[in-house]
Amino acid sequence: MDAIVQVQGLHKTYGATVAVEDISFTVGEGEIFGMVGPNGAGKTTTIECLEGLRKPDRGMVRVLGVDPQHDSQTLRLRTGMQLQQSNLPDRIKVWEALDLYASFYPKPVNWRELLVQLGLEEKRNTAFSKLSGGQKQRLFIALALLPDPQLVFLDELTTGLDPQARHTIWDLVREIRSHGKTILLTTHFMEEAEKLCDRVAILDHGKIVALDTPANLISSLGVEERVTFSVDGTLPPAFTAALSTGTRVEVQGDRVTIHTVNTRQVPLVSEVVNLLGSQQISFHDLRTEQPNLEDVFLSLTGREMRE
Amino acid sequence: MKSLLKMTWVEAKLFLREPASAFFTLIFPLLMLLIFGAIYGANPVPGTDSTEAAIGALIPAFTGMSIGIVGLMPVTITMATYRENGILRRLRTTPASPLMIMAAQVVVVFVMTALGVLLLMIAGKLVYHVQFTGNALSLAAGFTFCSLSFFGTGFVLAGTMPTARTAQIVAMVLMYPMLILSGAGWPRELMPAAVLKISNFLPLTYVINLLRGLWFGESWGQHLLDVGVLAVMLIAGVLISLKTFRWE
Repeated sequence: MDAIVQVQGLHKTYGATVAVEDISFTVGEGEIFGMVGPNGAGKTTTIECLEGLRKPDRGMVRVLGVDPQHDSQTLRLRTGMQLQQSNLPDRIKVWEALDLYASFYPKPVNWRELLVQLGLEEKRNTAFSKLSGGQKQRLFIALALLPDPQLVFLDELTTGLDPQARHTIWDLVREIRSHGKTILLTTHFMEEAEKLCDRVAILDHGKIVALDTPANLISSLGVEERVTFSVDGTLPPAFTAALSTGTRVEVQGDRVTIHTVNTRQVPLVSEVVNLLGSQQISFHDLRTEQPNLEDVFLSLTGREMRE
Repeated sequence: MKSLLKMTWVEAKLFLREPASAFFTLIFPLLMLLIFGAIYGANPVPGTDSTEAAIGALIPAFTGMSIGIVGLMPVTITMATYRENGILRRLRTTPASPLMIMAAQVVVVFVMTALGVLLLMIAGKLVYHVQFTGNALSLAAGFTFCSLSFFGTGFVLAGTMPTARTAQIVAMVLMYPMLILSGAGWPRELMPAAVLKISNFLPLTYVINLLRGLWFGESWGQHLLDVGVLAVMLIAGVLISLKTFRWE
């Protein structure tokens, strides 16, 4: 796997505030790499150093093999950037923006196809200021895809969008990757990072506190798995006795919760459901609670991750 | 080159979609002519023994006024707003260059100003039967020279002022005295000596002097001071504009 992005010991301060402290990571070709963390964790500073918009104080940064500070033209031609704070003129129409931005590149992709691909065909003649938040973001993605980039930067892509618009954008990001492009994104939604990214770097106070696949991050914590259900009547002691070792049963009224902290062959939920069936215990409202990246952040930093 | 043309075309459409800029550039000079025409009629310039029709003198004066308004208002507001709203930030991530962005603006406002002036002249001809006695080529060259000298001011203001709002206020503060004291709306011949001294410090005064001279068939050689002042403004405008350009 070729490294599309290499970062070694990146350091950036604003006055007395340390925004990014000694960050190192690499992004491989075809990956969706996410940086996740609360506001002010250093995500945007890092991505802007990679985009060449900010100058690092120290450290080595290579994007597509070049130093963004010295060869910004290469980056502008071969990467697509969606910025957290950027805009288009209020009265520019969707097609005019695409047509104009396409003219900046020597070999742009056909913007008419992008218009269809991103579901903006109907908004072709709509002024930028009349678009919804999700439509504006889709237009920005389209602009980022115009140069047919090897690498796409997406900074806080879904912030401020409703859940439905967010899911549409996620599908689009997956679609872009399926065309062989590498994606580097930042988000402060743990769910987004978990569902979208191949690998995730969790940032807090300017440092990477964890970096791995979402699955590995979650399982590495050994965070417990839970199954809860309600029984009609009382839970027979035979049920508890028949459960495999390493589980713990908690009963509150008719509500039963079973915990496990072991890494398991058989998922806890199948064992519980099988047992309930074989012992002919009638139950309802069965739920499983999987740990998620939110729990990972909590256990790494001791804080809840909230907007 | 392809992107410069595209950008100029898009900026031209955006310019016309902005009612204020379209009004002040295309309609306002014409409106001024009709209002002043109604006041003066075809009498000589008041307070002078000039025999030329007053309306004739108004056309170069309003042309100068138009250049002053366009150079200070639309250019300043567009560039300062583009920076403040992150429109330049988005452009910065593309291969588009500052020079191309500014060139597109210059072409658009120049063409729009020229159209406004053309409307002004057509109205002068049709409504007041104004006789043009100068050299058309020389006047066109003078108009281009004055416009380019003056437009730099807007870019410099947009580049140096901290916010779009301050840029706009400073532009207005500079514009109003110039419109009144440079001879654009009020003939310099009628100004008292003290006011004339102030007038001599206003760049627009030199625009109006030159355009008025060329309109009445005077040669460039008779206006060396005006040409000198405007040439300095042109060079300084280009250099400082490029130097003070900021993406964000």
